[in-house]
Amino acid sequence: MEALGLLLHGFAVLLTWKTLVLMMVGLVLGIFVGVLPGLGGPNGVAILLPLTFTMDPTSAIVMLSCIYWGALFGGAITSILFNIPGEAWSVATTFDGYPMAQQGRAAEALTAAFTSSFIGSLVAVLLITFLAPMISSFALKFGPPEFFAVYLLTFCSFVGLGREAKHKTVISMSLGLLLAGIGMDTVSGNLRMTFGSSELLRGINFLVAVIGLFGISEILLTMEERLALRGHAASISLRVVLNVWKDLPKYWVTLLRSSFIGCWLGITPGGAIAASFMGYNLAKRFSKDPESFGKGRIEGVFAPETAAHASGTAALLPMLALGIPGSGTAAILLGGLMVWGLNPGPLLFVEHKDFVWGLIASMYLGNVVGLVLVLTTVPIFASILRVPFAAVAPMIVVSCAIGAYAIQNAMFDIWLMLGFGVVGYVFKKIGIPLAPFTLALVLGNRAEDAFRLSMIGSGGTLKVFWSNGLVGSITTLAIVLLFWPVIDGLLARVGWTQRTRAT
Amino acid sequence: MSQTDLEIVVDDPTAPEDDSPSVVSSGTVEIFVCLLLLALAITLGYDNWRTGASWDATGPEPGYFPFYLSIILGGGSLYGLIAALVAHRKAAETFVTRAQARRVMAVFVPTLLFCGVTQFLGLYIASFLLIAGFMRLVGKIALWKSLLTAFVFTAIMFVTFDIAFDVIMPKGPFEAAFGH
Repeated sequence: MEALGLLLHGFAVLLTWKTLVLMMVGLVLGIFVGVLPGLGGPNGVAILLPLTFTMDPTSAIVMLSCIYWGALFGGAITSILFNIPGEAWSVATTFDGYPMAQQGRAAEALTAAFTSSFIGSLVAVLLITFLAPMISSFALKFGPPEFFAVYLLTFCSFVGLGREAKHKTVISMSLGLLLAGIGMDTVSGNLRMTFGSSELLRGINFLVAVIGLFGISEILLTMEERLALRGHAASISLRVVLNVWKDLPKYWVTLLRSSFIGCWLGITPGGAIAASFMGYNLAKRFSKDPESFGKGRIEGVFAPETAAHASGTAALLPMLALGIPGSGTAAILLGGLMVWGLNPGPLLFVEHKDFVWGLIASMYLGNVVGLVLVLTTVPIFASILRVPFAAVAPMIVVSCAIGAYAIQNAMFDIWLMLGFGVVGYVFKKIGIPLAPFTLALVLGNRAEDAFRLSMIGSGGTLKVFWSNGLVGSITTLAIVLLFWPVIDGLLARVGWTQRTRAT
Repeated sequence: MSQTDLEIVVDDPTAPEDDSPSVVSSGTVEIFVCLLLLALAITLGYDNWRTGASWDATGPEPGYFPFYLSIILGGGSLYGLIAALVAHRKAAETFVTRAQARRVMAVFVPTLLFCGVTQFLGLYIASFLLIAGFMRLVGKIALWKSLLTAFVFTAIMFVTFDIAFDVIMPKGPFEAAFGH
């Protein structure tokens, strides 16, 4: 198979000392970030991004994605030992993980969590390996109308399928798209929405906004809570690991089910949070003994962790194949691609083979190395939590500022970051979701360009979005998803018997 | 099963009390935010309309796409405003309690000062001051520990970014004295 050959090539790109060292550094930083309160996947990646600015793209993405894997692994440590989910998608892990730790089975729970994360990611990476090249070669035939239709589909599915209040998703998304438009208009060269300010001329940098929205605001939110914690320290012995692994085949249905849920929800913008809960609930429903869930059942750790990680990894598939991120973190990685001078989209697979296959190979390698690393170093990382937050918080603030400044060497960006920190804090507290904003900000310009190019091509008629079968069905699907709650309600009312034409 | 079951315990002496009175309700903040967004939508919408939001011979004018987005944003925030006003009469969910607000300000104000100091004295001096000051004053950590941590962290940052990775940070008179 062609993909296998290219994957081997990817491994060859990776296997240099420099890359392996960067991989380890990334993983350690990632676990660190995942364990610390108030920091997680997207924040960690955003804050550490500037470290990679001077690297070549392949090393940079390897290190960044390893930070991400590390953060995913790290999140499980605090959920199980301290009952503190580092991320929203680790919440379901605490249901059975923490009771296990209380019963003195922390090592078992941690092993289960790490192993299932590994399996979940592995399934998703396999999917990426074989599906992404196919999707991207299909997408090479796309013109501007098709691309705009795909962007529209992404935005609409956020509104239609998101769990937040619809108008809040709409607000968040349109605000992101608007802010993306500030500065020089890429098509005509005119200035827009700058109000005479020379600082706004450059536009609002996506990464600056992300560092503020996720980094600074998270510090503010964390400080609001009681930071006292009490938990179990655990070290994992080889025997426990082997015991858990020996039992793995017994849970193959759970693992497989959760992997599929994760992959599906990762590609669509359902996300890791929904995936972890769904994985947990389905495992409980199909279990012969649902009563024992929540009391320290190992399946209750397997199910959500596998799903969350499959989802987190699968979110990279649309990013690689189409240039559309499936999650907040994927959006940040996409922002990174642009900084390193790569143009995200289907051409990536043709023009930057080394980069793409190096990244995919690093997903395999990073997960294996990460698994070994977390299994051996849990006690060290758990004790990081002893460091008082009063020492950690200012360091995070400084790292955020360094990150924001480094992107364009602009002092204005540090102030902008602070502003976005406040916006993020307020938005999170009143339930305006940040993920659509992030996505809109990173895709805004390209969505607009695609729209205008298709309009110019068609002479100004919207019919171009239904001009052929492909673009027509994507656009129609987008509109169906946008009004999905309404359609769903209608379908329920007619009792699924009548097919209502949804347009 | 071999397992060391040490407890890790970290206390939080300045934790916000649970019964602290509410400063402002979520509904009020929501109304305020929606008003702000509405104002923003109108401002941006007007600016785009001025730039040109219609069609000319070459296709849509620069303001076309953002103009309609401002309308969507305006519509969304108007809906949010009405929804918040309607819901406001029923329950008042707390946005932030007084104790929480105090803690949030304890981070926000130093961060604000940090940004200001960075502008004039450079990032590294500001970083040292922020970490040492925050640890000492907010965290009540021993002075020598605070100073040492701040110095070591700042030094690591300087070596990593300015020297190893060549990512140049804003600097002030202090670094200039050492030739950087």
